[in-house]
Formats: sequence, structure tokens, C-alpha cells
Amino acid sequence: MQYMCLIYSAEDAGPQPGTQEFGPFIEAYGKFTQDVQASGKFVHGDALQPVATATTVTTQNGKVEITDGPFAETKECLGGYYLLECDSLDDAIEHAAKIPTAQHGRIEVRPVIVWDD
Amino acid sequence: MMPPIQLEHAIEKLAREDWGRMLASLVSSFSDWQLAEDVLQDAVEQAMVVWKKDGLPDSPAAWLITTARRKAIDHFRRGAKFAELQPEIAYLNQLNQQPSENDIDNVIPDKRLELIFTCCHPALEQKTQVALTLKTLGGLKTEEIAAAFLDKTTAMAQRLSRAKTKISAAGIPFEVPEEQKLNERLDSVLSVIYLIFNEGYTASSGNAVTRSDLSEEAIRLARIMVQLLPEKAEVAGLLCLMLLHDSRRIARATESKPFIPLEYQNRSSWDKTQILEGTTLLKKTLAMQQVGVYQIQAAISAIHAESSNWEETDWSQINALYELLYSMHPSAVVKVNHAIAISYAQSVEHGLLVLQSIENEPGMDAYQPFYAARADLHSRINKKRLAKSDFARAIALSDNDARRDYLQQRMEAL
Repeated sequence: MQYMCLIYSAEDAGPQPGTQEFGPFIEAYGKFTQDVQASGKFVHGDALQPVATATTVTTQNGKVEITDGPFAETKECLGGYYLLECDSLDDAIEHAAKIPTAQHGRIEVRPVIVWDD
Repeated sequence: MMPPIQLEHAIEKLAREDWGRMLASLVSSFSDWQLAEDVLQDAVEQAMVVWKKDGLPDSPAAWLITTARRKAIDHFRRGAKFAELQPEIAYLNQLNQQPSENDIDNVIPDKRLELIFTCCHPALEQKTQVALTLKTLGGLKTEEIAAAFLDKTTAMAQRLSRAKTKISAAGIPFEVPEEQKLNERLDSVLSVIYLIFNEGYTASSGNAVTRSDLSEEAIRLARIMVQLLPEKAEVAGLLCLMLLHDSRRIARATESKPFIPLEYQNRSSWDKTQILEGTTLLKKTLAMQQVGVYQIQAAISAIHAESSNWEETDWSQINALYELLYSMHPSAVVKVNHAIAISYAQSVEHGLLVLQSIENEPGMDAYQPFYAARADLHSRINKKRLAKSDFARAIALSDNDARRDYLQQRMEAL
């Protein structure tokens, strides 16, 4: 099964760019990515630009409406994701727990729907 | 042949006894929880008809599971995914062709451990874990579970159905966790069982009959767990704790006094069979030398169970056990009980000092047991004014009528 691991954290939490802690943090991400690639679990993964760059689009009122910012103002924002191929939820949880941001943020684990042909 | 009413009872009893086992086996062979429940329910209903006509079969459980499996196969054959489900169908057929001896292990492979670990998976909300365990392993009806939790049946049905959807859609595995995670996952299974017991035991609200059934159900589940995981001392520890608590069920309330604390209970009405079972098992379990919170609480309960009266209780031993318990599981409820034990083992003043040490902890101003305990301690050293204000606070914080009335009487007796 495929699991989407959505990485949420407050942008001011955890190691910040330009600090001493940031280097090892990014290295930890590199290592995690390598590990899941080596074990064949890695399907996809990306980091997102900060939430300040977000634009929200809706056509709920019949026309394209655009808002500056994320659709929900929450302290913790989506910062990136991994799409992993795992045997079970337990397997996915085990990997999600190793994503470096889990130490100061949260990882939402969501199974991906498999469409019947 | 049995008269119809008796037969119906026999079938119901039998289906309930073996429900968890049959359902676990069905779920493990085709991992569709809803279908497993449906075919098993259908099989029970068919049994009512067939057995009334032909009498009870040699092995009713074998009859039920074979019938349920056949119904599942029929369901798959009718479905659109017939080709895909060939492995499941073949497996079910194979299970059904095995010599149906009366040995239940042959007929129904025991998958109850897998089932309870899945029901109590931490990816499910705890209330859902409880409901699902009662539904699948306990074989309780949705309306019975709803009644026990004062929920609407529709809400409970929805909760159960969402849980089953999540288990299959999120890929919660149907397995016993591997050794390194087993203890942690076992904790959540044991807390679910203990929660079921306490729902039945404290009877804060709801129908009293349903509730004592819940305690019995929790004890039954713990017995199954002990049988399946004999090497884990805490499982037996929990069973001991519940047996010892339950032994005082009758003594805890009379018609005129709905709440009687341990101190004033008529000890001759404690259930001696349960006490003997609990203490015997506890001795055997403590010898395994895997100390844990349930065993310590059971040991405290056993000391009460074996004292002939309140005054002769071995308070210094209880005091030591609470100290050990607090070191393993620091919590307000343990501290409050520890303070009470110290008040008897040493002095009321010592007990008050322990309470003082947690007085300023967050949430303590709304923690009923703290005020109930301090009221008791103050009243024992005749500090009436302080006792009165603590009783008043404890009464205001009580959500249980029987306890509120009891505290009211104590306050008035000052």
C-alpha cells in the first residue's frame, strides 16, 4: 500500500536556516531519504516553499476566487511530504517516526486510494 | 429434543461464548470485518431454524463456522470480484474440508490475539478500541454497547463502521505485534480491558445490569488473554486486580446505601472464591518477577482482601506498594491513595503533607479525589472547619450520585 506522510510543523519551530542545528537537520533528511530509497519504500517526496508563498483557489461561488495564503490559518503548516510504499500502517508509522521533523512537528499518515480499473 | 425457548438460549449462549473466536478466524481468512460479522450472524440465525428442527449438532461451533464460511464463499461468488477472490475462496473451502473433529483448535484456528491487538491498535481512538473489542471479541450487540456508554445506537453503529473502514483502508495489520513492540501494544490492550471493567464497576450512570455484565466481560477477556499470553505477567496481574475488585461488588452497595467505601464494607459478603482465585494467581504471577502496575495494584487489593478488618490492614506494606507504584506510574490518583495509606501507616499529618506536595499541581483544584481524601484526613484529626470546606468542594466536583450522597452524609456528621 502507498502511504502519504504529510509533514506538518510550525515554521518557527525546529532548526532554522543559518543556525548551527540546521546542517545536521538537513543531513538527517538526506539520510532518511537515502534509507527509504535503499529499502525500496520511496515513491516520491518533496519539500514545499514556506506557507507565505501559498495561494488558495476556489470555484465554490461559480468563479475562480483567489486568496493569498493557506486555506486554513493554523500554526502548524504543511512543509513537505513523502509518498512511501509500505506493507501496513505499522510499517508506515515506523518510517514516519523517523522523519526528522517528527521531533518538533507532526506527520499525518494517510493511505492512498487505489482505484479499481 | 430441547424445548424451543431453551434451545434459543443455548444457541445464544454458545454463539456468544465462541463468537470472538469464530469471528477472529473468519476475519483472518478474508479480512473483511463487516462480511465476517454478517455471515456469522446469518449462521447463528440459520442455526436457530435448523437446530430447532434437527436438534443440536455434535459440535455446534464447527457447524456455525462451516456455515459462516459457506455463506462467505457464496457472497464472493455473487460479487464482481469473483476472479480476484479465488485465493480466499480456495482457502475457505480448504478450511471447511478439514476433518471436523470436535477439537475446536482444529476447526477454528485461534486468531483472537490478532483480533484484540487489531481492535486496540493505537491508530484508533480509545473509545473506538473499547467498542470494537466489545463488539468483535465480546460478541455484544451494537445497542448493548451503546447503552453501556449512554450513546445513541446510531452513533455507536457509525463509530464501529468507521473503525472497520479505517482498519481496512489504512492497512492496520491483523497480527500480533513483533516482540520489540509487543509490550507497548499490550499496554493499550490491557487498558482497554481495564476500562471495560471500570465502566461496569464504577456504574457512574447507565443501566446497572448492563454494567455488571461489562465487568464480567472484562474478566472473561482477561482470562482469554492470560490463556493466550501466559508469559506476560501483567496480563495475569490485570486479571488478579479485576477479580479482587469484583469480589467486593456486593459489599459496595446496599439498597439504602448505594456507595459503601472499603472501610465500612461487610467483609463477610466479599466473594471468597474470587479472592482465592485472585490471590493464588497473583502469588504465581509475582514469582515471574516482571513487576508492573497492574500487579502492584492487585497486590494492594490482595492485602485488603486478606485483612479481617480495616484496622488490622497491613498499612505499611500498602504504603510501600504505593511508593513503588508511584515510581513506575507517577499520577495524581496514585499520590492521593498513597497519602491515605500513609495516614494509616504513619499519621494523618504525614498523609496531609503528601497531599500538600501535589496541591499546586495543574488541575488539582478540580480533582475530586484530592478533596475527598483531604476532607477525610481533616475530619479524622477533628479539623472540622477545614474538613467541611473540603467535603463541600468534593461534593461539588462529584459526578456520581451515590458518592455525592455519601460525602454529604459525612459532612453532616461532622
